[in-house]
Amino acid sequence: MEVPILKQGAVLIATFQAALSDADLNQLRMGLVQQVVKFRSRAVIVDVTAMDVMDSFASRTLREIALMIRLRGAETVIVGIQPEVAFAMVQLGLTLEGVATALDLEEGLAYLNEEFKTTS
Amino acid sequence: MAKRDGTPTDPEPKRTEEPSELLRELVAHLRQNRTQLREEWVVRITETRLLTAMTKEEIFAEATSVYDSYVEALETEAFEALQAYARNLSERIIPRGVETHEVVGIVLLLRDVLARSLFAKYQTDFKKLNRILDAYEPAANRIANTVAVGFVQERERVIRQQQEAIRELSTPVLQVRERLLILPIIGVIDPQRARQLTEQLLRGIRTNRAKVVVIDITGVAAMDVTVANHLVQTVEASRLLGATVIVTGLSPEIAQTLVTIGVDLGKMNTVGDLQGGIEQAERLLGYKVATIAELR
Repeated sequence: MEVPILKQGAVLIATFQAALSDADLNQLRMGLVQQVVKFRSRAVIVDVTAMDVMDSFASRTLREIALMIRLRGAETVIVGIQPEVAFAMVQLGLTLEGVATALDLEEGLAYLNEEFKTTS
Repeated sequence: MAKRDGTPTDPEPKRTEEPSELLRELVAHLRQNRTQLREEWVVRITETRLLTAMTKEEIFAEATSVYDSYVEALETEAFEALQAYARNLSERIIPRGVETHEVVGIVLLLRDVLARSLFAKYQTDFKKLNRILDAYEPAANRIANTVAVGFVQERERVIRQQQEAIRELSTPVLQVRERLLILPIIGVIDPQRARQLTEQLLRGIRTNRAKVVVIDITGVAAMDVTVANHLVQTVEASRLLGATVIVTGLSPEIAQTLVTIGVDLGKMNTVGDLQGGIEQAERLLGYKVATIAELR
């Protein structure tokens, strides 16, 4: 199942579905990294609200996406991590260090707007 | 048949009474000398300084009922009534701080007092004394066991009940401003409670759409490695939900423990007291608290 990438102003939004295979994740990663420069986006929001389980591969991919996007000159915000998932991730030592997080899509957009205001 | 000294030939074969018969004789003796034996027992209790939390009159009243239940249990060999009484007694005396050793102590004292009186009564007839003791000892030991177990069970029940009460009361997640939560933690944190706290906090962050959380641990006396690590994990999990955590009220002792055991607190945002924590949270949220005079 391919993950659609939506463009909303200067932001790219990718929404994770529940069951993503490792191949889907790899594809999403490449897609985001390519399109972020193609559309001259300033930020990427990855919405994981639908994921009620996050394995180590998925969260490592999330972190890699964030780091690669930074190298491509944009910012990443992960939004919608479920409380149970958050705690499970932390217990596995997957803390997504250095990656911005927000409660949901709305919060993520609000956060980015603040960021854009201060940087532009 | 109650003889256990191993001699194959009994010089007085006609006098081998059934144990139940012996017990009956024993019970009759204990009933007859009730007043005196009970008196003696109470004196021994006071001498050994047991049940100091109770008054003399109370000890006497309890001693009377324990004595009667004891003799009854010996007679009928039915321990249910005694068990119920032991539980009832425990219920009354546990809140007054009576310890396990005291309860066991008084029952053992009674056993000794009664045994002595049996020695005194049958000292001329050693064989009979032996048989009587053969019948008496197992029953007496069982009684002591029953009472002790009843007391401990009751105590455990009380402790469990209190633990549950504490658990239920102990985890309020409070919203003090729009998007600002406070989690005051009081008392001892064990791993189970820590887990519950985390779950409640994370759920609270979601439902209240909180951006900043102040965890106040002024009321926590001590913290071990497991709990400290759990606290760090809670902070990180909250961040994954997009909330910043401020920890306030770390006591000097806890601060020292954490530094000594080397828990990585670099990720934790700590402020001295709850007031400071709330002030910083307000700054993070863009609030400014001003007096009315300042605004004029």
